[in-house]
Amino acid sequence: MSAAAEPAGPRPRRLTLSRVGVYVFLVGASAFFLLPLWAMVLTSLKPMSEIQQGDLFQLPHTPTFAAWSRAWSHACTGLACNGISVGFANSVKILVPSVVASIALGALTGYALAFYRVRGGNLVFAILLVGAFIPYQVFIYPLVRIFAWIGIYGTLTGIVVIHSIFGLPFMTLLFRNYYSSLPRELFNAARVDGAGFLGILRHVILPMSTPIVIVAVILQVTGIWNDFILGLTFAGLANQPMTVQLNNVVATTQGTVEYDVDMAATILTAALPLAVYLVSGRWFVRGIAAGAVKG
Amino acid sequence: MGAVSIRDVSVGFGAVNVLSGLSLDVADGEFVVLLGASGCGKSTLLNAIAGLIEVSAGQIWIGGRNVTWAEPKDRGIGMVFQSYSLYPRMTVEGNLSFGMRIAGKPADEVAKRVARAAGMLHLEPLLARRPAELSGGQRQRVAIGRALVKDADVFLFDEPLSNLDAKLRNELRVEIKKLHLELGSTMVYVTHDQVEALTLADRIAIMDRGVIQQFAGPREIYRRPANRFVADFIGSPAMNMFDGALEDGGRRFASPQGSADLSAYEFAGAARPARATMGVRPEHVAIGPAPAGHAALSGKVSIVEPMGGETVLWADCAGKPVSVKLDGETKAKPGDDMTLHFDPAEASLFDAASGARL
Repeated sequence: MSAAAEPAGPRPRRLTLSRVGVYVFLVGASAFFLLPLWAMVLTSLKPMSEIQQGDLFQLPHTPTFAAWSRAWSHACTGLACNGISVGFANSVKILVPSVVASIALGALTGYALAFYRVRGGNLVFAILLVGAFIPYQVFIYPLVRIFAWIGIYGTLTGIVVIHSIFGLPFMTLLFRNYYSSLPRELFNAARVDGAGFLGILRHVILPMSTPIVIVAVILQVTGIWNDFILGLTFAGLANQPMTVQLNNVVATTQGTVEYDVDMAATILTAALPLAVYLVSGRWFVRGIAAGAVKG
Repeated sequence: MGAVSIRDVSVGFGAVNVLSGLSLDVADGEFVVLLGASGCGKSTLLNAIAGLIEVSAGQIWIGGRNVTWAEPKDRGIGMVFQSYSLYPRMTVEGNLSFGMRIAGKPADEVAKRVARAAGMLHLEPLLARRPAELSGGQRQRVAIGRALVKDADVFLFDEPLSNLDAKLRNELRVEIKKLHLELGSTMVYVTHDQVEALTLADRIAIMDRGVIQQFAGPREIYRRPANRFVADFIGSPAMNMFDGALEDGGRRFASPQGSADLSAYEFAGAARPARATMGVRPEHVAIGPAPAGHAALSGKVSIVEPMGGETVLWADCAGKPVSVKLDGETKAKPGDDMTLHFDPAEASLFDAASGARL
């Protein structure tokens, strides 16, 4: 044996067979999930004449953004042909108040559940969680009737209320678990200092909530943006979100199917959640873990 | 006006009763330490005084008012927590003034009181910093300052020094004692550290399993422990305990290690059971031939522990290890045979069955 066998310094790293296997699997899985996106981008950049030749993964000979601008401002959704930009505006109008309202509500209920040992609080929380597992479809008809009776069916208010209600269980869970991990003594100190229910939340707890608020914003932005069925049912014709309009674009056919426009519209609709995932992957994973691990 | 009176208070968490029917009276301006091992209910009692835990029975009076149902802020208390509990997103000044700002006090009064508390605790250079930028000792001084600012009648301390290293602990202990002398406010202080208790307290309440075992001054607690629990808990090394029996109607104590003449011992009660335990503090044991009236033991030195200023010597006396506290200059070595002696009048006798002092 040579003297090199004496261990010293960092342990040498060797590429083992299992390590190679892991890499092969990871590359394969990435390709599996990325290929559709790749095909969509390519198709959206091709003129129809190239698309009709069939080869899905062929790079475009004459790349053009014409389909993108058509999708944005001229594509037909049903009878109107103003493009998907109308849906984008509607989605933003729904998104902003819904995200703010659902997070504010979730922070409030999570705070109450974590710090105030309200009698029956855990029962309410359990019911809330069970509610989160019942499929949406069960609620839709009764909620439509209730909202119609109140007079907010088919309005912006209606869809914001709907998103706040359906966001409540998970937002509550998220904030409750985060607040349970904060030291209780801090809350006690604020009580001795004389702060009340909302005072403690506003001055002590919320300033410490930045990480979990970021997580909640990510989850709610992607969730509400991607929503289809609630928007379709409750938003009303004037407020249809981008997802619903995308469906209309794809479903509306006069003559040939405009694959390039469909693809461009789809990418445009998916752009916002995609951007959120890419920018905030680390926070997103943290949000999943916060919801899943700590009961 | 800051007398605290706890009257027949019970606290339970579900089926577990942490405190049941506990009473304690703290005089105005007194420094009382609640001392006990973790889980003895001392923090629970403090939180009940603060109003952070609801009592299931009994009353709590502060400054002559029944505050049993009052909110913590309405009890006239200031509290210091073990983990500092500073508001992390506020500066030191923000932490100190938070309570007064919430109460809507005028800005000039807030500034005046913050300046006074900061001055007392030497916090002036730190006022603009966030808690994260402070050391442990500084954080705890801010936490004390936050309690001071309120001008409370009663200050509650929940193990305030436990998170600090030994040197800082000694420094802050002295500061807290000085503060008490300056302010003259009532202070209730929870700790598991007997040195803190003995040095700070006017009176110590030693607790075990939710019951106050003895409530007396540090000297009384140390020299005349009310029962075996107190005797064991206070003192380091622990009191030497000899199991034996009372003879001659209580005039003599006999054990396998030797016998002691009890004619100088002050019995606490009339009862003289047969089985008893004699406790002797290590510093009351001396080496050398026994003078008249002293009890003598013979033993072989097993371990010598030099501690700088003093030396603790462990001797094996008829199979029982006995600790002796001597000055730092002793020349005893392991293996030496020697005679030990002590004055029975300085010892404590306990009922072997109940543990109560005799």
